[in-house]
Amino acid sequence: MDAVIASLPEYWDGFLRTLYLSVISGIIALLVGTLLAAMRVSPVAALRGFSMFYVEVARNTPLTIIFFFAAIVLPRLGVKFEQFEVAAIIALSSYTAAFIAEAVRSGVNSVPVGQAEAARSIGMTFTQVLGFIVLPQAVRTVIPPLINILIALVKNSSVAGAFFVLELFGYGRQLSNDYGDQVLWILLGVAFFYLLITVPLGLLAHFVERKVAIAR
Amino acid sequence: MKAFITRRKSLLVAASAVLALSLSACGGSSTTSTPVASASFEAGTTMEKLNKAQKITIGTKFDQPLFGQKGLDGKPVGFDVEMGKAIAAKLGIPADKIEWVETVSQNRESFIEQGRVDLVIATYTINDARKEKVAFAGPYYEAGQALLVNKDDTSITKPEDVKGKKVCSVTGSTPAKTIAEKYGAEVVPAATYTACLEPLRNKQVVAVTTDNVILAGYVDKEPDAFKLASDETFTKEPYGIGLKKDDTVFRNWINDQLEAFQKDGEYKKAWEATAGKVIKTTPELPAVNRY
Repeated sequence: MDAVIASLPEYWDGFLRTLYLSVISGIIALLVGTLLAAMRVSPVAALRGFSMFYVEVARNTPLTIIFFFAAIVLPRLGVKFEQFEVAAIIALSSYTAAFIAEAVRSGVNSVPVGQAEAARSIGMTFTQVLGFIVLPQAVRTVIPPLINILIALVKNSSVAGAFFVLELFGYGRQLSNDYGDQVLWILLGVAFFYLLITVPLGLLAHFVERKVAIAR
Repeated sequence: MKAFITRRKSLLVAASAVLALSLSACGGSSTTSTPVASASFEAGTTMEKLNKAQKITIGTKFDQPLFGQKGLDGKPVGFDVEMGKAIAAKLGIPADKIEWVETVSQNRESFIEQGRVDLVIATYTINDARKEKVAFAGPYYEAGQALLVNKDDTSITKPEDVKGKKVCSVTGSTPAKTIAEKYGAEVVPAATYTACLEPLRNKQVVAVTTDNVILAGYVDKEPDAFKLASDETFTKEPYGIGLKKDDTVFRNWINDQLEAFQKDGEYKKAWEATAGKVIKTTPELPAVNRY
């Protein structure tokens, strides 16, 4: 227990880095994922095909392998970055975007087709239909699964610890090296700091669900 | 069942053919001197016992390139192995009568205590905790922290050169702390040392740091990609020969032999044939510690 208290500064640094990775990757994944979902329902066949291909590849590949590509294969192909955090963000957001795309698509499908037809009949373009009519309704239904995905993202960010980024899990490994006799406490400490992010996210999901979500 | 037996037989024949081939291929590469024909020792000593039995069991590593690595022919090779052969020769035991046993870091003390090995020569760092359980002859070599860099890199020759630069090492390890705290490098943490090699190749880090012995193994595997920044080390890890704790006579005798190896050039010969392929500077035998 005293090992945890003695290493609070390390925990805090790791916590902030985990939060940083999760927030940045989460925002990118939400944007890219929504874009992919929009492509998936667009009238252009090529866009639909690309979106489907991307989603299937990204969500069916183990995250560790995606990390390996981002951290080691990309630099070898000439894509250099100064910080390994960049690789972690690339890997996390490209992986999570696939799941977001699928969740948003399921939301889009849950909006009655009459809504889109009505909008089209008064002369709205595809982008307008999607942006003003379909997506606002779709997003409300998919808030709970979206937050599920974001919680998974926070936990997935621990893979970055094995790819040269010193976040919570990376510190957990370092501290269990330093305090070999108190590994259990050290790991419980790591778990506690993860819960500090994920539990409020879960509560937020609950709250939003009651406020805005609509069941169909 | 019958088919099984014949298959086994043919396997045996094949195996012995391969063995014979590899033996003839490797002939002459051994540097070990001939065993002392008329070695005689005081009655009751371990040396006398081993000499009479004409057999010695030595624990070494089977996976440490240049020091103790088991080849495809089933025989370990390396600097530790050469030391073992030289000591056996002084006991009047030929090299083919040595039984090599794999010892890993976790079982070295218990193998000695249980008498499963007579000696352990396995990149075995002498420290006080281990001295509680076993005795150490030597040190016969001082390993230490070093830097692995890309072959074409000439900007780094000493630890001071990596100040403020990215250096890869295992998370929380002692070498990682030394390079960060003493030399001001920015440590990129990895799970294992092999995981550090790709970022080094991609020039995402300028160096990898840990014991020179481990790093020399990577250079041995990929001499066209990597090199040691320098043969010098910036920490000291004395390697000793482990034996039973209370056998002071045997320990003193081994220490005498080590000093003799240094004098008659055997030590230099053993080094040049093994670890010297990567660490070009032949080290001096450290002053043996007769505690």
